[in-house]
Amino acid sequence: MRKNGRSDRAALLALACVVVGLILANRYLDDYKIRIINLSGIYVTLGLSMNLINGFTGMFSLGHAGFMAIGAYTVGILTMPVQMKEMNFFLQPIVPFLANVEWGFLPALLAAGLVAAVLGIIIGAPVLRLTDDYLAIATLGFAEIIRVVFTNTQSLTNGALGLKGIPNYTNTWWSWGVAFVTIWFVSFLIRGSYGKAFMAIREDEVAARAMGINLFKHKVMSFAFGSFFAGVAGGLLASLLGTIDPNMFRITLTFNILLIVVLGGLGRITGTVISAVIVTVMMEALRFLDESINLGFVEIKGVPGMRMVIFSIILILMVIVGREGFLKRLKGRETSYAEN
Amino acid sequence: MGNLSMFLQHLTNGISLGSLYALIAIGYTMVYGILRLINFAHGDIFMLGVYLTYFGILYTSIPWWLVFVIAPAITGIIGLFLEKVCYKPLRDSPRITILISAIGASFLLQNLGIVLFGGRPRAFPVPRVLNHVVKVRGVSINVITFIIPVVTILLLVGLTYFITKTKTGMAMRALSRDYETASLMGIDINKIISITFFMGSLLAAVGGIMWGARYPQLMPLMGMMPGLKSFIAAVVGGIGNIAGAVAGGFILGLGEIMLVALLPRLTGYRDAFAFVVLIIILLVKPSGLMGQRETEKV
Amino acid sequence: MRLAMLRIENLTMKFGGVVACSRFNAEVKKGQIVGLIGPNGAGKTTVFNVVTGVYRPSEGQIFFEPREGERHQLVGLSPDRIAKLGVCRTFQNIRLFGQLSVLDNVFIGNHLRLKSNVFSTVFRLPHYTTEEKEIYEKSMYLLEKIGLQDMKDEKAYSLPYGMQRRLEMARALATDPQLLLLDEPAAGMNPQETQELIQFIQEIKDEFNLTIFLIEHHMEVIMEISERIYVLDHGVLIAEGSPSEVQRNEKVIEAYLGVG
Ligand SMILES: Nc1ncnc2c1ncn2[C@@H]1O[C@H](COP(=O)(O)OP(=O)(O)O)[C@@H](O)[C@H]1O
Ligand SMILES: [Mg+2]
Repeated sequence: MRKNGRSDRAALLALACVVVGLILANRYLDDYKIRIINLSGIYVTLGLSMNLINGFTGMFSLGHAGFMAIGAYTVGILTMPVQMKEMNFFLQPIVPFLANVEWGFLPALLAAGLVAAVLGIIIGAPVLRLTDDYLAIATLGFAEIIRVVFTNTQSLTNGALGLKGIPNYTNTWWSWGVAFVTIWFVSFLIRGSYGKAFMAIREDEVAARAMGINLFKHKVMSFAFGSFFAGVAGGLLASLLGTIDPNMFRITLTFNILLIVVLGGLGRITGTVISAVIVTVMMEALRFLDESINLGFVEIKGVPGMRMVIFSIILILMVIVGREGFLKRLKGRETSYAEN
Repeated sequence: MGNLSMFLQHLTNGISLGSLYALIAIGYTMVYGILRLINFAHGDIFMLGVYLTYFGILYTSIPWWLVFVIAPAITGIIGLFLEKVCYKPLRDSPRITILISAIGASFLLQNLGIVLFGGRPRAFPVPRVLNHVVKVRGVSINVITFIIPVVTILLLVGLTYFITKTKTGMAMRALSRDYETASLMGIDINKIISITFFMGSLLAAVGGIMWGARYPQLMPLMGMMPGLKSFIAAVVGGIGNIAGAVAGGFILGLGEIMLVALLPRLTGYRDAFAFVVLIIILLVKPSGLMGQRETEKV
Repeated sequence: MRLAMLRIENLTMKFGGVVACSRFNAEVKKGQIVGLIGPNGAGKTTVFNVVTGVYRPSEGQIFFEPREGERHQLVGLSPDRIAKLGVCRTFQNIRLFGQLSVLDNVFIGNHLRLKSNVFSTVFRLPHYTTEEKEIYEKSMYLLEKIGLQDMKDEKAYSLPYGMQRRLEMARALATDPQLLLLDEPAAGMNPQETQELIQFIQEIKDEFNLTIFLIEHHMEVIMEISERIYVLDHGVLIAEGSPSEVQRNEKVIEAYLGVG
């Protein structure tokens, strides 16, 4: 009782700080920094949704980019004004039943999550029985299939051309609002009986089944929740960027999220939130490594790929040196019992 | 050109692509057999092999045929170091940790590739003897299409001899059948694992060279798709089983080429083909065509 | 006649070439404590694994009859279905949820009886919070029973061996089993701990109205508490009967002396 009360209060305090921070940020920061704040919020959602599947339930899924793509396209197609659609789909007109829809952002986001979750269940159900490394390859494969399909379904997704001119609804309130809903959802899920069952599966599948936990049902559930939030985050991203194409959703994207999860600690909520922000900021801060900067009097040459080299080294070092997550000491309480 | 010669053309193309998948798949299957680990970086090792050859031919005075020997050897050594750095420290960790390290290693190699070799595609310098077209009964075929299966078969024969007749090879098999017992019997596990990585990477590099000769465009990310598909080939054949990996490689290679040839409308879906096969095989026969099912001891 | 709660008929289990258990027959009556003994590798654990659905037997049938007229064929059911029917077990090589707390381990044992759905647990609807409170109290009660209430927040893997064994039993009890399968519960215990364990088993049997099927290496345990004993050797049933009958059986003496 006491312990939970305290962490709930801490969460409220953090929420208040973020709200104040966002108000100040929106007033004083330039567009570029606001964009990073938006991305951070989106990556918090992504990191938590992947951690739910990989960290809490112990399934090694690499399908996140695919679910994001589904969410992004759902929001893109549903929110884009009718005329804009006509301009986009000049090679082949869009399928008639989508040609005249123009939804609001919230319903479109929910639809993005639902479509991702439903597809997650449909394509996940057959492969969730597989053990970790097969699951990894199969989910990776699904993400690739989704990308390939989106590249080829001209009249639905506009193929390789992608979508341009998606309305920019995403602002800091949306991105961080969704992030907080995700934090709240995952922490409450994990505190309750189902979340504990997820963790039991992660710890020992044989014992979990012997205790009457239906592996398949719980894995599908965890997978569906994870893909739901990944879909919503994909939708936020689409609306933030305004432009999407299938090639954005390559495995590199999944890799970034995996980095966040590993850095924050598998099965850790607070760690994931912090590492999502750190990784997002670092991605931007280290951009100079890849790109040339012209300082007026001198041009510093960047080396493309350097940024990802550094991130890969961090990831490997994390698992070899850290083993359990660098930020775990910040808070090690999510997995421990919460008494009512 | 008649239908038959068209078919023969596709068939040879399929066989040569299948041979390449088979060569890469062997590396996956050997490592998996012993460590129960998907070496995600294997496809990128393949890429390194191609680039090493490229630089060896263009920037040294070593004759090309010698480069074709040296580059795979160096690639083999890189593979061996990869294991020492990224996998060995994690041998007793949870599986998920090693997989993450493997993915990290894969990304590291890809991006090191971009940093060192540049992201722009380069043209592989195919030696002229390997690069001319012959006409066989009206079917024009590049000689490399013939060379690939021949080299693959020779390597397979050598590998089979090594695995079944030499002491190291037998230790390898013992280790993949029963890791614990084998380690108790005094087999030097570290040595065997190193040799496994060396050989797997070497074969991938040979595959890479032939890949370069067949599809002469080099890119740092070129290892990813062939890597994934070869892994799928290994799973289709029954992971841990070398003959299975070869069979899986041919099935995928031939299947992919035939799919595009027979159903040109599906050309865009070519890269999805292997994954669809993977999912079907995992659902129907998860242990693969030639693999044995393992039951976990409880 | 007491109800035969568990009936194993003609059970054969092969792993590739290894026949772990061959044409095995056994019966556990309601309210009994029945022992299963035999030298190492005799196939005892395999019998438990097949009964709890971990493996599907090569041949044979297993019937579970918790109440008169309610008979279930266990072969072909998944482990979680079997647990829901009221058959729960412990493992010879302890399988706790190591990274989770002691209390969570027992808490999870209750999950199969949970009535609330996942959304009421996330939104913490009143009927879930009430249910969670009950589960919490029941779990704490079980922890007190095994004397681990003060360790409830420790991670399971950090407990000493003996406590881990007791925790596994508490976790199994949390599933409200009718039939409890204990796989070498006294392994690694000293004589005094073993005596305590015997008492504990008797106690929970009476309190929770259990039927117990027990694998044990310690002869004194099995002889003291079982009503009936089955002896396996190389997967074959070589003797059955009351403790004293089995003790005098020549084949049994030979099997034990022969292997050492
Ligand atoms: N999953 C399995 N795969 C292969 N062999 C097994 C498996 N489980 C048990 N065995 C074999 O079955 C035999 C009986 O084992 P077990 O039931 O554990 O014996 P016990 O519990 O009586 O010591 C042993 O020879 C063991 O090696
Ligand atoms: Mg046993």
